[in-house]
Amino acid sequence: MAQFIQSHSAPDLRPAGLRGVAADFSSDQRAFKTASWGKAMMWIFLLSDTFVFGCFLLAYMTARMSTPVAWPNPSEVFALHIGGQDVPLILIAIMTFVLISSSGTMAMAVNFGYRKERARTAALMLVTALLGATFVGMQAFEWTKLISEGVRPWENPWGAAQFGSTFFMITGFHGTHVTIGVIFLLIVARKVWRGDFDEERRGFFTSRKGHYEAVEIMGLYWHFVDLVWVFIFAFFYLW
Amino acid sequence: MVEIPAGSAGAVPSAEVEDVELYHPKSWWTKYVFSQDAKIIAVQYSVTAISIGLVALVLSWLMRLQLAFPGYFEFIDADSYYQFITMHGMIMVIYLLTALFLGGFGNYLIPLMVGARDMVFPYANMLSYWVYLIAVLILVGGFFAPGGPTGAGWTLYPPQAVLSGTPGGKDWGILLMLSSLIVFIIGFTMGGLNYVVTVLQGRTRGMTLMRMPLTVWGIFTATVMALLAFPALFVACVMMLFDRLLGTSFFMPAIVEMGEQLQHGGGSPILFQHLFWFFGHPEVYIVALPAFGIVSDLISTHARKNIFGYRMMVWAIVIIGALSFIVWAHHMYVSGMNPAFGFFFATTTLIIAIPTAIKVYNWVLTLWRGDIHLTLPMLFALAFIVTFVNGGLTGLFLGNVVVDVPLSDTMFVVAHFHMVMGVAPILVIFGAIYHWYPKVTGRMLNDALGHIHFWTTFLGTYAIFFPMHYLGLLGVPRRYYELGETAFVPPSAHTLNVFITVMALVVGAAQMIFLFNLIWSLFRGREAGGNPWRATTLEWQTPETPPAHGNWGKELPVVYRWAYDYSVPGAPEDFIPQTQPATGGTTREAIA
Repeated sequence: MAQFIQSHSAPDLRPAGLRGVAADFSSDQRAFKTASWGKAMMWIFLLSDTFVFGCFLLAYMTARMSTPVAWPNPSEVFALHIGGQDVPLILIAIMTFVLISSSGTMAMAVNFGYRKERARTAALMLVTALLGATFVGMQAFEWTKLISEGVRPWENPWGAAQFGSTFFMITGFHGTHVTIGVIFLLIVARKVWRGDFDEERRGFFTSRKGHYEAVEIMGLYWHFVDLVWVFIFAFFYLW
Repeated sequence: MVEIPAGSAGAVPSAEVEDVELYHPKSWWTKYVFSQDAKIIAVQYSVTAISIGLVALVLSWLMRLQLAFPGYFEFIDADSYYQFITMHGMIMVIYLLTALFLGGFGNYLIPLMVGARDMVFPYANMLSYWVYLIAVLILVGGFFAPGGPTGAGWTLYPPQAVLSGTPGGKDWGILLMLSSLIVFIIGFTMGGLNYVVTVLQGRTRGMTLMRMPLTVWGIFTATVMALLAFPALFVACVMMLFDRLLGTSFFMPAIVEMGEQLQHGGGSPILFQHLFWFFGHPEVYIVALPAFGIVSDLISTHARKNIFGYRMMVWAIVIIGALSFIVWAHHMYVSGMNPAFGFFFATTTLIIAIPTAIKVYNWVLTLWRGDIHLTLPMLFALAFIVTFVNGGLTGLFLGNVVVDVPLSDTMFVVAHFHMVMGVAPILVIFGAIYHWYPKVTGRMLNDALGHIHFWTTFLGTYAIFFPMHYLGLLGVPRRYYELGETAFVPPSAHTLNVFITVMALVVGAAQMIFLFNLIWSLFRGREAGGNPWRATTLEWQTPETPPAHGNWGKELPVVYRWAYDYSVPGAPEDFIPQTQPATGGTTREAIA
């Protein structure tokens, strides 16, 4: 077992830069020398998922540019009436802040995970899940507000019908990703808390040994969901 | 030829990854039904895909009967004809070819050929099959749903796909089709991630990427493409589902249906076509690249010669895969998109001919002065080359805007894509089954039945699709329920249609011989032994045939040479397995 762990931490004797990449790809066994199977799989899944969100956003841009009716003004639509005046995009600003913060706590959880600090890792993952759930909750509030103002997937009071369609579809699809992420954060946090990764307990379905690396793989997904939100925020709300 | 100095065999690096502990099945159910063994999953995928493929075969018979004898069969009306067309196309492209090449051959061959015990995540791999099965069941459900399956054509173009004029447009048909595709994509993703990670991260000692058989290269590249192309179809399906269910207008312009103004408006039907073909064109190569890879190995093995230009072959596969993502709009020259795009997409389309031609030349050069054994896999491989060249050349016609515009929506297009992505890959599938059946079952397929099957299929498919080029040039449109009386179509076209239909019935019947052979040989076939073709690749070097769970017994194999050491001068036999140490011996690896 020892020599396998060593391959992750041993001093790197491989050539640097592009030569290193070429050396890795022309070697046997593994193309990515430091990536485990799970991590490689998550990266490739995220690449595929990038194409899903990319297609959604491109479809949205096409719809927005080609619709014959004017597009509603996002600054007005997404304003909240606070203290006697309309504050544009205030809710989205807070939501974005919450989600970006959760990426910070997730990164800390990964760090503590590699130090095998069981309690801190679990706590930080719970904080991340809580921030994620807050994000979804605020999104539900935003949906409720828009629906009460008459926005539907097929129509809205202010202009192009595609506004509602793309809004509900894209934020809904992203919100689903966040929700799934929260669920898996809770599952992994429970495993960390119970010490599954310290004693390498086997997974219920897969019967594979558990490792703290699961925290990092979870983190990859979570950061991806955050990154996607930055693009949705920029293209949907700021455009 | 390179002399390997003695002792260099010790240069194979030590293991970087701990040998995996596989899940050991405890009951009949977990061993044969909910199995996590990639080989069982491969058989499950193959049987399901071939079964649903038979449905598509029958549908093609029904279509041909209508075209040859219009009005004679009363149960075929215009609606059901379009339903047959749609289901035939969708089943063949996605549920048969994609599933069989990637789910079937991918699952069986990738772990064996790269020297792995199994896929990296066997549990997700198992789920992949069961989700695929659900997708197939939803698809079949269309036949029993009120209104029948969708008749929108396999391209499902909106707005007609979700309107009441199209069969299934306002009934269950289109909903079931879209749901089935979404489920299929989810299932495929679970399997596809497995194939990619197994190739990249799960190879055995000594197995570098540039020592992998071309079969693995083809399946690997196709899987990467599928993981990047299916998202576009996924998004298109979700959006059309919303158009149909929620009344959104993603793809729906302002439109009048049956004299009534619909609530839709402002959507873009062209957007669907872009999304669909961003998936649809790579899909052609998702089917073709595994076929390219497999046929390279069949030719090399049965001509007892190393593949000509191995590195060139690998790079050609990768370049074709990359280029296929920037050619999609050549399916849309007549769609009303900006004509300036036509120039760009015609150029990229024709550029693909270069790596493809490199592959064809290399196959032919591999055969050149080889020790050609006309075994069944070899016959099918040769038939593939001939058919593929034929279909590829008409692709050059259709890639040019000025030639494509008059030929669009004629039988010429039908002839082209059936030659190039219908018949050609299916010939490879047959060749591959004749080649690997002995490894899967331990018995050879019957040779006599195989020859009947081969000659009927090869000559028969030519008899079906070759005349269609002529029909297309005459101007006979595709997707027409019946031609009726037209001034420009001569009566001889009708005679030709009858001929094509008769040949279609014969070729279809020949497949029954093949199915009989598959089942009969399972029990009565000649014992094959471990390596009946005297091949070099790892799957023929397993300790047991059929390979047991875990593939390799106690020790994983170690690879010392590339996959193509056939007829090496000075070697005692005309093949040297990849596992044979190179001490003092020779290899032709460096000439690649």
